Amino acid sequence: MAFEHLTVVQHAALIALGILNIAAAVALWRLLRGPTLPDRVIALDLIASIVIGMIAAYAVLTNLKVMLNAAVIIALISFLGTVAMARYLERGARQ
Amino acid sequence: MMEVLVAILLVLGAVFYLISAIGTLRFPDLYIRMHAATKASAFASGLMLLGVILHFGEWAVTLESLLIIAFVFLTAPIAGHMIGRAAYYLGTPLWDGTVVDELKQRPEALRREHTGRGEKAGESKESHNASH
Repeated sequence: MAFEHLTVVQHAALIALGILNIAAAVALWRLLRGPTLPDRVIALDLIASIVIGMIAAYAVLTNLKVMLNAAVIIALISFLGTVAMARYLERGARQ
Repeated sequence: MMEVLVAILLVLGAVFYLISAIGTLRFPDLYIRMHAATKASAFASGLMLLGVILHFGEWAVTLESLLIIAFVFLTAPIAGHMIGRAAYYLGTPLWDGTVVDELKQRPEALRREHTGRGEKAGESKESHNASH
């Protein structure tokens, strides 16, 4: 088997990545279905947060600490995108 | 021992993400969905990054992970609040089983923002007073 040389932590990281994949698929279903625009924004925010978890699990799996820089950037960009979308929606509601 | 703790933290964080996603899919209302999507996912990212801290055990990784945790815990409530306010202004319907809508009982809180919905609530209140 290919997984024999992995440690306990790496097995746990693989399991976590699998669970996070399912979670991202579920959130994507809400993103596609969401009846209103704020629903889709919420789902996108959740998917960005799930990607932060994926990066954390991947950093543990591959022993690469450089990956955490990507997590910082994604946290920043997802907050900016959500706030910009909220401002845009509010301006649309004022007219 | 530390390895088992890291493994538990990683899997538990992933499970919390899954719970958050299922809540986002299954809850009946945007405002209730936001409850699942913001709080549970912030807690889950904190758990997973704590696992990363314990796994590497270095100062640089610890500082960076604590930075991400602090940023997520600061910005998740702000983003949720802004999206919820924008959705309320847009007139997103509330769930049928909603017990209380405090913003509806205080139209002056909305009128101060000069939004369409708030002005409408203010007008209806003024016309109600005029009919008296």
